[in-house]
Amino acid sequence: MSIDRATAAKVAKLARIRVEEADLPALADEFNAILGFIEQLQELDVSDVEPMVSVTPMRLARRVDAVTDGDRQAQVLANAPDAREGFFAVPKVVE
Amino acid sequence: MSDLTKLTIAEARDALRRGDTTAVALTEACLAAIDAADALGAFVHKTPEIALDRARAADARLAAGDAPDLCGIPVGIKDLFCTEGVPSQAASKILEGFRPPYESTVSAQLRDAGAVMLGKLNMDEFAMGSSNETSVYGNAVNPWRAGNSDAALTPGGSSGGSAAAVAADLCLAATGTDTGGSIRQPAAFTGIVGLKPTYGRCSRWGIVAFASSLDQAGPMTKTVRDAAIMGAAMMGHDPKDSTSADLPVPDFEAMLTGDIRGKVIGIPREYRMDGMPAEIEALWARGREMLADAGAVIRDISLPHTKYALPAYYVIAPAEASSNLARYDGVRYGYRAKLAQGDGVTEMYEKTRAEGFGPEVRRRVMVGTYVLSAGYYDAYYNRARKVRTLIKRDFEEAFAAGVDAILTPATPSAAFELGKKHSDPVEMYLNDVFTVTVNLAGLPGLAVPAGLDAAGLPLGLQLIGKPWEEGELLNIGYALEQAAGFVAKPAKWW
Repeated sequence: MSIDRATAAKVAKLARIRVEEADLPALADEFNAILGFIEQLQELDVSDVEPMVSVTPMRLARRVDAVTDGDRQAQVLANAPDAREGFFAVPKVVE
Repeated sequence: MSDLTKLTIAEARDALRRGDTTAVALTEACLAAIDAADALGAFVHKTPEIALDRARAADARLAAGDAPDLCGIPVGIKDLFCTEGVPSQAASKILEGFRPPYESTVSAQLRDAGAVMLGKLNMDEFAMGSSNETSVYGNAVNPWRAGNSDAALTPGGSSGGSAAAVAADLCLAATGTDTGGSIRQPAAFTGIVGLKPTYGRCSRWGIVAFASSLDQAGPMTKTVRDAAIMGAAMMGHDPKDSTSADLPVPDFEAMLTGDIRGKVIGIPREYRMDGMPAEIEALWARGREMLADAGAVIRDISLPHTKYALPAYYVIAPAEASSNLARYDGVRYGYRAKLAQGDGVTEMYEKTRAEGFGPEVRRRVMVGTYVLSAGYYDAYYNRARKVRTLIKRDFEEAFAAGVDAILTPATPSAAFELGKKHSDPVEMYLNDVFTVTVNLAGLPGLAVPAGLDAAGLPLGLQLIGKPWEEGELLNIGYALEQAAGFVAKPAKWW
């Protein structure tokens, strides 16, 4: 499995991380080094093995379906890079 | 009392209860040591006012006779823990300016037990790294130096600031977190004790998530006894973490008898790596002898899937990271990139994440994105989860055959020079070769300092225990610590 420039660009796009055109070949090389390392996993026969879901056997606890917190608008917005009139503010989404 | 900062938790606790010193005196001594140690890059956000407030409150509790073990003990907190009103940015630019309005469960438990937070400790960005070099603050530096060299060594990672701070006596103990070895490797590199508890022992609530199925908090301390004391204070059930175990936490300190007669210690043959330095091999052999001399039964065992642990980890951890780190989008907290005229919300995400994440974090998020993407999910991610099942089964079979704990080296080398392994990510990943299996299997692991190499640098051994058996693990570690008699300290140059 070898990653080319176009695949590297696609992965960067999916990850929502801007990568300059000029940096794509180096990125593809790094991916290939790491993927070469994890390629060893293909040596094993895992056809009868269940994929691990939880490392410790546990039933996830359920909580009561009730409101236990809230009314903290100021706290929620306190760390926002841009908050206006009680909302998070972002650039225009819809034209 | 002189040299207050050199005390262990147990010594300080006893001195405080006898009235030989005060929490304020201990705290002031640590704050002075921290201010004189900026060259170590360990403390990245100092909180002297909070520390002195808590120290005064601790002294009042001590006077009133209401003093848990950690009451008045000055500790450092890894930057990965959210601490109320105090910068908590996981050593990343993308969380610049973030001040959580809440406290992580683990640090809240320490606070409520009377521990005194001195500040936040350096680490690799989002705990991704083995040398503390991916930090936005710049790297922490190991207080140890090799022989007469003045070359700066790594304190290890990701909990490098925690390890440097404890080894240099800037605090009595520190919190760490461990996803693939991030408590045990830096502990071994700095000659201190590090405990990664069983997955589910410590609540993950309020700890910045890296790989949620692997992350676990734990204590980094000067002695095994201190790890028992601080570990117990950090653990316990938390309804806010659905993977937190609803099990009682025993009194680990009371279990430290040093009596390990008849305990079966497994020596896994697969941990004898090609090209392993002779000094590591010799240390491991000495560890076997010391445990045998203490009455343990040494047994050779096989953990056949060991060599697949690192590759499986480097699928699973980036996959989970790519999902966990999707939340950093420049909207709700932290850094947002400056936008150009006409940039929309997608450009905001892409520029913010490109500028806010460092190179290693970007690399892992993208690798994780790739292994989870359509067409590769089965070939990589599902296959890695199946291999994880096999790795866990190896340990289960060893324990079922009567093994009580497993002894391995903690790291494949002593601390290396900063800047030496930065260029090759895969070479850096090999640091975790002995520790990462433990995270994949959810087991408790303990690094104990066991000797010095020819250059005078500390080396550690790792003990791996059965799930939820931290008490027994710590007791075996205690016996090893007593036999090894490791008392060396770094010569002060900072």
